[in-house]
Amino acid sequence: MVKEIERVGIPVAHCCTIVPISLTVGANRIVPTVAIPHPFGNPELPAEEEKALRKRLVVKALKALETEVDGQTVFDK
Amino acid sequence: MTVRIVHYINQFFGQIGGEEKADIVPKVKEGPVGPGTAIAAAFKGQGEVVATVICGDGYFNENLAAATDEVIGMIEKYNPDLVIAGPAFNAGRYGVACGTVCKEVAERLGIPVVTGMYPENPGVEMFTKYTYIIETGDSAAAMRKAIPDIVKFAKKLVNKEPIGGPEEEGYIPRGLRRNYFAKVRGSQRAVDMLVKKLYEEDFVTEYPMPSFDRVEPPKAVVDITRATVALVTSGGIVPKNNPDHIEASSASKFGKYDIEGVYDLTPENFETAHGGYDPVYANKDADRVLPVDVLRDLEKEGKIGKLHRYCYSTVGNGTSVSNAKAFAEKFAQELVKDGVQAVILTST
Repeated sequence: MVKEIERVGIPVAHCCTIVPISLTVGANRIVPTVAIPHPFGNPELPAEEEKALRKRLVVKALKALETEVDGQTVFDK
Repeated sequence: MTVRIVHYINQFFGQIGGEEKADIVPKVKEGPVGPGTAIAAAFKGQGEVVATVICGDGYFNENLAAATDEVIGMIEKYNPDLVIAGPAFNAGRYGVACGTVCKEVAERLGIPVVTGMYPENPGVEMFTKYTYIIETGDSAAAMRKAIPDIVKFAKKLVNKEPIGGPEEEGYIPRGLRRNYFAKVRGSQRAVDMLVKKLYEEDFVTEYPMPSFDRVEPPKAVVDITRATVALVTSGGIVPKNNPDHIEASSASKFGKYDIEGVYDLTPENFETAHGGYDPVYANKDADRVLPVDVLRDLEKEGKIGKLHRYCYSTVGNGTSVSNAKAFAEKFAQELVKDGVQAVILTST
């Protein structure tokens, strides 16, 4: 699905846990997330901290969307 | 006991004419015509082409139902043991005609059928599940090889011999899976293959991976603080009670949900339909998959232009690549029309 959206020219931040799959399939902007059942969350954390973590990851995704890339790029820093 | 064969061919191989005769209606001739003679010869007295049914490729394709009925009616009268169609090589309309004839004969008359086509013939994808299609070259120049290949296979069908895989029998792979007991167990075969790979020796995969194409990365968003950002997911986040009944596995559809006025996903309003991961966390707080709450905050803070009012969701669990592609092709158009400039897509 990522590629079909990219094909019409809209940049996509693919937020996923299994980065090698995303790389194989061909997403261009990849943002590693926490875990399969809770990519944007961590149920071990208290609610406020979890939301702060979510915000950090979303901000990373937005940064990826603002970054020119010339090929597949994993935004893991 | 000689095998009674009826052969189906088009106007060209039936020696009636070329494109200008593509509109001829079905007709039957006793005995073999054109390539049918080679078929008869290849059977070496064990088979006889008792009749040849000839139909224009144009007529057949433009009158599918009627032409099929007429042709099957003609074939039936000869009470054959076997029907051979074509070969059609790379001719599309001929491939559709041959495929249709084989499919209908098999279903209506219950007798063995076989045809031959070049792998790129559109008739292959349409009919490979209904009939064996022997692989041929792409033009009539390949007739000399096609006929013996077809006849060799046809004999096996008629004699009800066990049919092996595509490589050994010469037919185009049908996408059908058949279980069998291998002599060597899987773990051994896997290790053997890995060792070959490590020593850079040739090996043959047991399961070819699909090849994934690449897309040019779209230009980055110039100013995200003014951009409309949309949320998409394959994590199956749907409104409570899954009103569109998106399947937990092998989704046949995607949902488009209006999150206007929604600032937080809660167990009261959203859940996950995905059957491939532990749903507990997403059901307690679907923001963990579709981060609506955070994007609303960022919207308020002016860090993004706005969160698009529609989000798109499907279940990625076991859903075919071709379905997922089709869903996204459809809603990508809507995203463009709605002026969306960036997408955050969550996979689970």
